[in-house]
Amino acid sequence: MFLFVVRRLFFAVLLLLAVSVVTYLLFSALPVDPAALTCGKNCKPDIIAANRIRLGYDKSIVEQYWLFLKGIFVGRDYGMGQAAFSCPAPSFGYSFAQHECVTTLIGRTFPVTAYLSIGAFIMWMIIGVGSGAIAALNKGKWQDRLANAFTAVGVSLPTFYVGLLVLFSVVIWLGILPFPDYVSPLEDPIKFLNAMILPWLTLAILSAASYTRLTRNGMLEAMNEDFVRLGVAKGLSRSVVLRKYVMRAAMVPIVTIAGLDFASLLGGAIITESVFSLPGMGKLAIRSVVESDLPVLVGTTLVSAVFIVLANVIVDIMYGVLDPRVRVK
Amino acid sequence: MSSQKPVLIVENLSVSFATPDGIVHAVNDLSFVLHEGETLGIVGESGSGKSVTAASLMRLNNSVTATSTGRVVVAGVDVLSASEADVRRLRGSEIAMVFQDPMSALNPYYTVGYQIAEAYEVHHPEASKAQVNAKVLEMMTKVGIPNPAQRADEYPHQFSGGMRQRIVIAIALVNDPKILIADEPTTALDVTVQAQILDLMLALQVENGMAILLITHDLGVIAEVARDVLVMYAGRVVEKADVEDLFEIPTHPYSWGLLGAVASLEVSSRGHLRTIEGTPPSLLNLPSGCAFHPRCSFASENGSRCTTETPLLVQKGPKHSFSACHLPVERIVEIGQKVGN
Amino acid sequence: MFTPIALEAKNLVKYFPTGHQGLLGRPTKELKAVDGVSFVLRQGETLGIVGESGCGKSTLARLITRLLDATSGEVILDGKDITSIKGRELRAVRQKLQMIFQDPYSSLNPRHSVGQIISGPLEVQGIIPDGGVKKRVQEMMELVGLNPEHYNRYPHEFSGGQRQRIGIARSLILNPSIIIADEPVSALDVSIQAQILNLLEKLQQELGLSFVFIAHDLSVVRHIADQVAVMYLGKIVEMGPSADVYASALHPYTTALLSAVPVPNPKMRGASGRIRLEGDVPSPVDPPSGCRFRTRCWKATDLCALEEPALADAGGGHLVACHHPMEASERAGKPHSDR
Repeated sequence: MFLFVVRRLFFAVLLLLAVSVVTYLLFSALPVDPAALTCGKNCKPDIIAANRIRLGYDKSIVEQYWLFLKGIFVGRDYGMGQAAFSCPAPSFGYSFAQHECVTTLIGRTFPVTAYLSIGAFIMWMIIGVGSGAIAALNKGKWQDRLANAFTAVGVSLPTFYVGLLVLFSVVIWLGILPFPDYVSPLEDPIKFLNAMILPWLTLAILSAASYTRLTRNGMLEAMNEDFVRLGVAKGLSRSVVLRKYVMRAAMVPIVTIAGLDFASLLGGAIITESVFSLPGMGKLAIRSVVESDLPVLVGTTLVSAVFIVLANVIVDIMYGVLDPRVRVK
Repeated sequence: MSSQKPVLIVENLSVSFATPDGIVHAVNDLSFVLHEGETLGIVGESGSGKSVTAASLMRLNNSVTATSTGRVVVAGVDVLSASEADVRRLRGSEIAMVFQDPMSALNPYYTVGYQIAEAYEVHHPEASKAQVNAKVLEMMTKVGIPNPAQRADEYPHQFSGGMRQRIVIAIALVNDPKILIADEPTTALDVTVQAQILDLMLALQVENGMAILLITHDLGVIAEVARDVLVMYAGRVVEKADVEDLFEIPTHPYSWGLLGAVASLEVSSRGHLRTIEGTPPSLLNLPSGCAFHPRCSFASENGSRCTTETPLLVQKGPKHSFSACHLPVERIVEIGQKVGN
Repeated sequence: MFTPIALEAKNLVKYFPTGHQGLLGRPTKELKAVDGVSFVLRQGETLGIVGESGCGKSTLARLITRLLDATSGEVILDGKDITSIKGRELRAVRQKLQMIFQDPYSSLNPRHSVGQIISGPLEVQGIIPDGGVKKRVQEMMELVGLNPEHYNRYPHEFSGGQRQRIGIARSLILNPSIIIADEPVSALDVSIQAQILNLLEKLQQELGLSFVFIAHDLSVVRHIADQVAVMYLGKIVEMGPSADVYASALHPYTTALLSAVPVPNPKMRGASGRIRLEGDVPSPVDPPSGCRFRTRCWKATDLCALEEPALADAGGGHLVACHHPMEASERAGKPHSDR
């Protein structure tokens, strides 16, 4: 088991290195001059040239990548003399559009995304698994049909549509909640909840749908298994059979997919954050795209990649924990 | 022999299933009695209703799609009409089951020791942890699993097919049930392992005195294990006989066809095998009258009676042989004796 | 006596890599599924291969038909080794060598009509028979006892036995000379098994086919085979004319296997001389040294662990790989082992 984890982590690091190379090269190949973006419209060529040297854009692409990679581990210094400044490790570079270290930007926006992801995740797991279980236990009855309808609607609606629909109906039409205005939970928990409840709901409605289907089908499949019949034949009560036999079997694929979904959300829920103007990492990424802010773009992409890769490793390990058949001896 | 106490009484059991294609009549008007310590075999091909019968005895059929009528009495309780709690008390303690495929019958997420313990604890809630553990080891030893203390902590996938079937048997017998239903218990196993498992079941029967209801398609297994036999076809019992009588003088055309097909495989000479022409009927749309008539070479001897009237199970041939056939006794015995040789 | 050879296997070996260890996860072990199997199939004859699950019989079928590539060894058809041929040559071989599968439910594409299924091999080979595809398919359907009018029906409209007939028609449409049948009747009911076996025998006589018939059911093989090979853990332990092997088995494993088959005669119940093997088949990843059967054999001695017995002729073409073959007295009377 230990060797298995070490091996997986080793490959995860290799994979991340590859992702960083590809991301860096891809974005560097864009037809924009990052140095030109460092000053406003009335820029003079000599300032651009100076900035290019200051930021290291004069060097070869391989060297640039090396500096970037080194920066992640040891931090990075820019400029000389009076104008010198540094981004401490882990440094993903410096954003001239926002005049801050990329790490600082990510550090500020990430908690918002994390709150959004965690809350939405809890909500959708409860709604999705709960409604899926109810549907499976009432197969063919109205509960099942309702869940089926919910699934069909949920998986086919686009995020921005549901987001705007929720926003419109709850805030403008019903007027139950004020327009979301993000405040840190450490500052004002009530205001924070007011701002988060709608984005949570939006993400939950969308993701729960596929979990409803997954849970329902998984449970129905498990109910036909011989081992479930043996559980009943032992004289176990219905609730024990459902919990230890049916749910246990249905849970394995759910956990796998939930892990990956959660990780991709952590990398920034771009549309949801935009609709509800949450200052999260998704919004940061969008802004960097609009402003061609390469360091931020590379930074946010890499952070998302880290989450996805890590989630894959964790899911693999969880898989072994949940299912003894894939446990490595 | 039949002076022994009946432990299972089945009266006029019929089971049907609602499917998108229509109603499937899986079991029709089935009656039999299983006595203490007896071994009753039910033999039939796929679609004969033998497995549905097995499941009905413990009310394991899908409660939404299945409709059961008649009576199944175990320990004074009618399994078909009793409350869920009453049936649960019987399951695993009075009546237990061994399934066909040991690969899928065990819960892959728990250790085998846990699964045996669980079966014991549900009917012995007062037992201490030490008692339960002792019971688990006792059962594993009894069914012939080497190193039980160590292997109890392993998962089903770490066992071979034969060993898993031993675990399933340990689970079934942990509460000393009076009835063991074995639904094709060796079909998924290799012959040498099949022999081990049949020996084990018989040895445990001698020890516990339980009655065994053995459901199988394999007449060889029936011949080795059962005392009395029900032959099922299309959801009905077509013949009910003492095992030796059945093999010597089958009293139903289907039985002798079945025996003929097997018997001719056993002899070494090559050549044309005796077969039953055609295929078993669809349970959605059973033939009128005797369900076997479209495949029966003698149906024409009775004019149109076989196609219009369902034959009842009556005594034909030897003392304990009952069969459901319109043919005259002498004719059936004549046919049967040809096969017996 | 000197019937020409239809197919010959020489020292066929198939190892599957298994067991992942080390940082790069390279396979570290080999599962020895088939380990040095040789046999001769004569024209118009049936070679039965029996053995329990995991003995390598299905892998062997797939090696012969080139559905799997052999690790080493040769399969000789018409004087040529076919284990390494490719492309057009392989297609030509496939025309002569066809396979019938075990499961009549999963080996037919449910979305194709019977006509499409049976004519599939013609399409693959790019052959248009005289009189057209449909006529040829309907001839085949007639030959295997299907109603040619059911040409446009789909597999789910047929019973298990009829589906197996569809599979047989498909395997015959290219006029092959050799059929490899892997457990062709084990998924069928007894009464239907007999129908299919009768059909296979009829086809063999009419078309002069040679069969390799793989099964776990000893009764079925006894009925259909001229020659029988018994496999255990990837090796043939006994081979010879069917009548000899069944009447006077020489290998203890064969004897045990025969003795384990339930006899459909209640009067034979509890007859003495039953041999009950203990334990399970060892893992083919790490088979026992010397004779692979020795861990379950009641006759095993130190020699069996040290030296692997060769498959040698014990007279009359009856081959056995055993240091201590069964004596006539042991078979007739009382095999001492009923442990």
